[in-house]
Amino acid sequence: MILLPGMAQTLKACFRRELLIGFRNRGDIANPLIFFLCMLVFIPLGISPDSQVLAPLAPGMIWVIALLATLLSLDRLFMTDYEDGSLEQMLLSGQPLYLTTLAKIWVHWMMTGLPLTLLSPLLARLMFLPSEAFAALVLSLLLGTAVLSFIGAIGAALTVALKRGGLLLSLIVMPLYVPALILGSGIVQNAVEGFDNQAYVALLAAYLLLCTMLAPLAAAAALRVSLDT
Amino acid sequence: MQLALNKLHFEREDRALFTDLCANFSAGDIVQITGENGAGKTSLLRVIAGLCTQYQGEVLWHAGPDQAPVDHQHYDFRAALLYLGHAPGVNVSLSARENLRWFFSLCGYQKEQAGDTSLVSVVSDQAIVEALAQTGMRGYEDVACRYLSAGQQRRVALAKLFCSAAPLWILDEPFTAIDKAGVAALEARFQAQREAGGIILLTSHQNLQIEGLRTIDLSEYQGRERT
Repeated sequence: MILLPGMAQTLKACFRRELLIGFRNRGDIANPLIFFLCMLVFIPLGISPDSQVLAPLAPGMIWVIALLATLLSLDRLFMTDYEDGSLEQMLLSGQPLYLTTLAKIWVHWMMTGLPLTLLSPLLARLMFLPSEAFAALVLSLLLGTAVLSFIGAIGAALTVALKRGGLLLSLIVMPLYVPALILGSGIVQNAVEGFDNQAYVALLAAYLLLCTMLAPLAAAAALRVSLDT
Repeated sequence: MQLALNKLHFEREDRALFTDLCANFSAGDIVQITGENGAGKTSLLRVIAGLCTQYQGEVLWHAGPDQAPVDHQHYDFRAALLYLGHAPGVNVSLSARENLRWFFSLCGYQKEQAGDTSLVSVVSDQAIVEALAQTGMRGYEDVACRYLSAGQQRRVALAKLFCSAAPLWILDEPFTAIDKAGVAALEARFQAQREAGGIILLTSHQNLQIEGLRTIDLSEYQGRERT
């Protein structure tokens, strides 16, 4: 009887592998960031540079842009592993696909959501968001972008075998992104208006926990289906 | 140790690629699956490996006389299996060493050290370097695989065969892009695996120089075309 390496060791190895791949392709981090930056430069130019006009739009606008930036980076999530056969190896390894998927999603968040979150105060300044809402913005994006990565992984896994899955991917994940968007921009809006934020933060955190548990399961199942050709 | 295929039937696009395929493989078997292009060789390997589930019939794995036969989605089967598909399963951003280290932290096996109950991974870094040397990749251990040729990437994948403990190998066209010396080295490795009591299923268009090679010709199992 053959014993495979334990789950902790597997998770560690997968996490390390994804981090290494991410580090070797660190140019990819720039893509969503540049998109984020472009949008926030274009919006004042397109609408009005007036702080009275922009400030009320800021919470929702920053959130929508963060969401779209994440969406842009999603279709590559499983693509390389699908094309080079690594995904087959993960599936047949005898290890739960949950772990490998979880590691991939974590690292995806670290490469897209985390830099977006860190950059957001600077961009909030461009949108004339009142400075008392900065902390709330960072907190909401910190929780919210992780939700976006987890849910996006389900869509990416479902469409990985398709030649042009990008559009379908957006259609699949958009409805699931709605709660995150409402709660996330709600947190920032509340902070601007000086209301208590606990309930929204708790709800978004709960949504994140739910996604952390279930999204890798769903993505793993979708990957099995995608490989079953 | 036995792998049994029981009445396998597989269809694609309303065409039965193989039907009523029954076979038994036991320890020491090297089996070459032959057939023309599109005969379903890869499909058969994917069905046996458990990647493809759109088939009828049974694939049973019997690890030992004292163990019950299990389905090919079972942990025991997965743990015993080493599958190399068309794509080498080598990430081009990582070096050969990193690729194999990751692979064996998923699929490498563990055993208890004498007098110690903790499990130790058997595939060490040393073993990985040696396996790479045996496939002729000495000196390329730390080069990112994107700078390697197709044949060299294939060799990185094949290095798994030189340090894996898996008894069942399913290899889809292992000789693609491999030069003559490489083919000879692989044949020698197959021979050693056979003597160690492993089972090897492979597809290839080459005439293999392996003693006691069994062949399964898929054209014998072709189904009638549906009208």
